[in-house]
Amino acid sequence: MLIKRPGDIKTSDITDEKIYHQRRAFLQAGSRAALAMAAGAVLPGLMFPGEAAAQMAALPFKKNTRFSTDEEVNSLKDITRYNNFYEFGTDKTDPAKYAHTLKTDPWNIRVEGEVENPADYQLEDLIKESQLEERVYRLRCVEAWSMVIPWVGIPLSTLIKRFKPTSKAKYVEFTTLHDPVQMPGQKRGVLGWPYVEGLRMDEAMHPLTLMAVGLYGKVLPNQNGAPIRLVVPWKYGFKSIKSIVKIRFTETMPNTSWNLSGPQEYGFYANVNPSVDHPRWSQSRERRIGEFFKRKTAMFNGYQEQVASLYSGMDLQRNY
Amino acid sequence: MKAVLIKPLVFITCLLPLVFGIWAGFTDQLGANPIEEITHRTGDWALRLLLITLAVTPARRLFGWSWPLRVRRLLGLFTFFYACLHLLTYFVLDQFFDWDEIFKDIIKRPYITIGFSAFVLLVPLAITSTNAMMRRLGKRWGQLHQLVYVVAVFGILHYLWLVKADYLLPLIHAAILLALLLVRVWYQRQSLSTRRPAPQTS
Repeated sequence: MLIKRPGDIKTSDITDEKIYHQRRAFLQAGSRAALAMAAGAVLPGLMFPGEAAAQMAALPFKKNTRFSTDEEVNSLKDITRYNNFYEFGTDKTDPAKYAHTLKTDPWNIRVEGEVENPADYQLEDLIKESQLEERVYRLRCVEAWSMVIPWVGIPLSTLIKRFKPTSKAKYVEFTTLHDPVQMPGQKRGVLGWPYVEGLRMDEAMHPLTLMAVGLYGKVLPNQNGAPIRLVVPWKYGFKSIKSIVKIRFTETMPNTSWNLSGPQEYGFYANVNPSVDHPRWSQSRERRIGEFFKRKTAMFNGYQEQVASLYSGMDLQRNY
Repeated sequence: MKAVLIKPLVFITCLLPLVFGIWAGFTDQLGANPIEEITHRTGDWALRLLLITLAVTPARRLFGWSWPLRVRRLLGLFTFFYACLHLLTYFVLDQFFDWDEIFKDIIKRPYITIGFSAFVLLVPLAITSTNAMMRRLGKRWGQLHQLVYVVAVFGILHYLWLVKADYLLPLIHAAILLALLLVRVWYQRQSLSTRRPAPQTS
């Protein structure tokens, strides 16, 4: 078994985890105390960071410093209790409460479309532990909040090379599991299920594009898109589709869920862009979770140097 | 229940959301984004209390309850109180007095435009809620306070327009408002047909 279940956790790991979070809590208490003073007595909750979340099995990984930010990472608690994952409900606290019904083992991913190697792959055959790396990425939600998250995963390009797309493959389409029993949020038609996302081939092959199976050095908690999810750090969070069961290579641009739900508001590209507002709110600033003052949103979420060339000559006002 | 107890009981009940909110803040239960949570809670309670205020008249018509009438002003003022907290949360915690951004939001973002309008329309209602003002304005007081219906519709639209995809809760609020208004229309028609040929005003 490659991706370990929470039950595999050793006693020694649990102890380590506690000490680890005491350290974090201590650091947070310091930074948040300063913050709370600024906020006055209205936000005293910030001074009580509380216990950390899920006790997941540890994963081996190499740190990838080249692609990682050195900004302060958000707490495991914040990352695992503030999620947009409508398959488990539309409140951001719903996924942490209800995602336990998702069964992530065994997990198959169907690869189809314009590829030489279409097949049903078992997750453990796709992701080798020896390939795992940790990348600390900024995540910017289309709702104008952001986090810094230490993901564990492998570049999507590694997988794609193995699938051998044909010359006709211009786009990659990803599909989330559709099972209203495991994902009770799908009983309501808030979005058209299953959730579908897509990337242009060059975006999918970009070295920053990650398939994550873990965070904070542990197996991905269900509410964060277990057992495998996409992470595209220069795009709004909704592009980073969770709990993927299908990868299809296509000649035409895939119809993506949020684009179908609100074509004027959510484009196919969804690149983080402070100068293109969401029709209903500004995208020029964002609130980093854990901070009081808003910060300015950076073009391509700060990954301009790496990805701007993908869009040279494109009108980003129109291709939002 | 003793009539004298109604007001203090309703007063304390209306304060509970604030008390629970402060408690949640002190015990770190406002989640990862406390400012968003405070914004949502104060907005929710402003809208809920507005609907409860508007339920006073239907409650009398449908069930013959007259006691809610004694606390209608109190409920209305608590609506204004939570609306103030909601707006202050936005001005202070969310935008931190960035008047330039706030101004742009109010002009450019329809859900903020209409939400802010709802608040502005609530102000004269709160100011004229005293007995002295009621006496001074006479018949015009009633006309002025018809504005509460506009405020309610604006409040619901504010909620509807800010939601991303899940319209269930705003639509439930809208349905409640619609029901409360329909009761009024129904009784107004009834009284018009029974009182005829009494002269019609307005």
